[in-house]
Amino acid sequence: MNAIEILGLEKTYRVGFWAKRTKRALHPLHLAVEEGEIFGFLGPNGAGKTTTLKLLMGLVFPTAGSARILERDWINPEVKAQIGFLPEQPYFYDHLTAHELLKYYAQLSGVPAKERSRRVEATLQRVGLKDIHGVQLRKFSKGMLQRVGIAQAILHDPKVVFFDEPMSGLDPMGRREVRDLMEELKHEGKTVFLSTHILSDAEALCDRVAIIHKGELRGVGAVADLTSSVQGKVEVIWQGPQIPAFMKALGAECHITGDTVRTIIDENQQDAAVDALRRERLRLIALTPVRTSLEAYFVEKLQYAETSAGRTA
Amino acid sequence: MRARVAHIASNTFREAVRDRVLYNLIAFAVLLSGAAILVGQISIDIEKLVVINLGLTAVSLFGLVIAIFIGIGLVSKEIEKRTLYTVLSRPVRRWEFIVGKFFGLAGTLVVNTFFMAIGVFAALFYVSHKFVRADALILVALYFIVLEFLIICSLALLFSSFSSPLLSAVFAFSLFVIGSFAEDLRGFAGMAHGFTRWLATGAAYLVPNFSAFNVIGSVAHEQPVAAQLIWHNTLYALFYAAMVLSGAVLIFEHRNLK
Repeated sequence: MNAIEILGLEKTYRVGFWAKRTKRALHPLHLAVEEGEIFGFLGPNGAGKTTTLKLLMGLVFPTAGSARILERDWINPEVKAQIGFLPEQPYFYDHLTAHELLKYYAQLSGVPAKERSRRVEATLQRVGLKDIHGVQLRKFSKGMLQRVGIAQAILHDPKVVFFDEPMSGLDPMGRREVRDLMEELKHEGKTVFLSTHILSDAEALCDRVAIIHKGELRGVGAVADLTSSVQGKVEVIWQGPQIPAFMKALGAECHITGDTVRTIIDENQQDAAVDALRRERLRLIALTPVRTSLEAYFVEKLQYAETSAGRTA
Repeated sequence: MRARVAHIASNTFREAVRDRVLYNLIAFAVLLSGAAILVGQISIDIEKLVVINLGLTAVSLFGLVIAIFIGIGLVSKEIEKRTLYTVLSRPVRRWEFIVGKFFGLAGTLVVNTFFMAIGVFAALFYVSHKFVRADALILVALYFIVLEFLIICSLALLFSSFSSPLLSAVFAFSLFVIGSFAEDLRGFAGMAHGFTRWLATGAAYLVPNFSAFNVIGSVAHEQPVAAQLIWHNTLYALFYAAMVLSGAVLIFEHRNLK
C-alpha cells in the first residue's frame, strides 16, 4: 500500500509588484511512497523540496494536481491527525516551556487528556531532552530546538512523518541519535519522508530516494539499485605492508594504512591479483566491487539536467 | 472543533500575558492613583467627574493600544516566524486558527479591562469616599468599551491576515479614528449631493461607528444610558466583529504561507 501518493502536484507563483510574472517552483510531480519505508527526498538548496512539503501540509495551495496520504485526500483533517511534520529550522512559541508547547500540540492533535502528560514526558525523553522543566524555549540552543521539533512531529504517534532537514543544527552525536530514531520509527511500521541535501544520511537511512532539481523530478529508485552499478573496478585490501611485483606492474596506486594495503584494479585482473598475493604469502582481507555512491548518482543526475538545459537553450 | 478553538485562544492569552502585556496595568494603576490624588487637591466639586472621564478614557486608550499592537501581529508574526507551520500541519482548520486567535485576544482585553475597572473604582472611592447608585453607569461605559475592543480586535486580525504589522497598525488605527467620527461622517453624507453623497454614505456605514459607543461624558454626568442603546450597540458590535472576522477567515483560507 502507498502511504503517500503525489498526483501531479504543481506550483507556480505570481511574482513582481503587479503579480504579472510567474515563477514555477514545482513542475508536475508524480511520486509514490510505500508504507513503512524511509523515503529520501533529495535535492540541492532551492530545488523544490520545501515547496513540496508545504503543498503536502496544506500550507500552500497547488496550481494543479492533488495528493493522497494513507489512501485519503491529503487535506482531510483526519489524515492530518495521522501525520507528523518537522519544518526546516523550526521556530516555536518562545514564551512556552517544551512541556507546555508539546501539551499544546497534543491538544491540537487530539491526544486524549489523560494521556497527554505521559506522552509529552516520554517523547521528550525519546529525543534526549532531560532536565528542562520550567525552561522557556527562548533559552534553548539551536540543537535543543531541533530536538523539540522532532518531538512535536512524533508526539501524537503519527503513521507518516515528514522531516525537512532534520539534522540541521545537530552535533555529530545528535545526528546519530536522530538516525537511530528514524530507524526505530521504521521498525514501528511508520513511513518516514526525509527531505535532505545531506546524501550520506540518505544513503545510510533510506530504502528509496527521489532526486529533485529546479522543481523537476530527476530520478527515483531504491538506494541499493542506484548504487549497485559496478564500474568494472574492484577494491583489493590485503595485509601488508609488502606490495607484490604484479601490483606494481599494473601501475595501480597502493595506499598503505598501518599494516593494510588498499588498491583499485580492473575487474578482469582480479584473479591474477589474488594469485599474486598467494604467491607472496600475503593475507587477502577484502575483494569488493566498486559501486557508484549515491553522491555520484546525484551529481550525475544534476549534471545531466544542466547539460540538457544547455542543449535546449 | 470547539476544543481546538479554545486551545488556540488559551495559548494566545498565555502568550500575551507572558509577553508582559498586562504590565501596562501597573502603568495604568500608577497613572490613576496619581491623577486621583492630584484631582483631589485641585478640583472642587468636580473631582468625581474628572476621575470618571480620565479613568474611562485611559481604559479605552490602553485597551486600544493593546488590541492594535497584539492584534496586528497575531497572524503575520506566526507566518513570519513559521510557528504556524506546526499548527496548520495538524488537524486544525484555518478558520479555527483565526477564531481562536480572536477569542484569545478578546479574552486578554476583557481581563485587562476588568483590572483597569477595579483601578477606576478605587480612584473614584478615593475622591468621593463612597459609591452611589449612579456609579453603576460606569459599568455600562466599560461594557461599551469592551464591545469597541471586539471590533478593533477583529479589524486588527483582518489586516494581520494579509498585511505587514506596520501597515496593519496604520489601517487599524486610521479606522479607529475615522470610526470615532462616524456620526459626523453620516451628517456630512446627509448634506452632500450626487456621487459624493453616495460615496460618503457608503463610507459612513462601512466604517465602524465608534461614536455610538462613547458614553463616557454622559456617564460622568450621571445621565442614564437607554436600554435600547445597550441592545443596539451589543448587536452592532457582535455583527460587525463577526463580519470582519469572516473576511479575515476568507482571506486566510486562500493565503499561501510562503
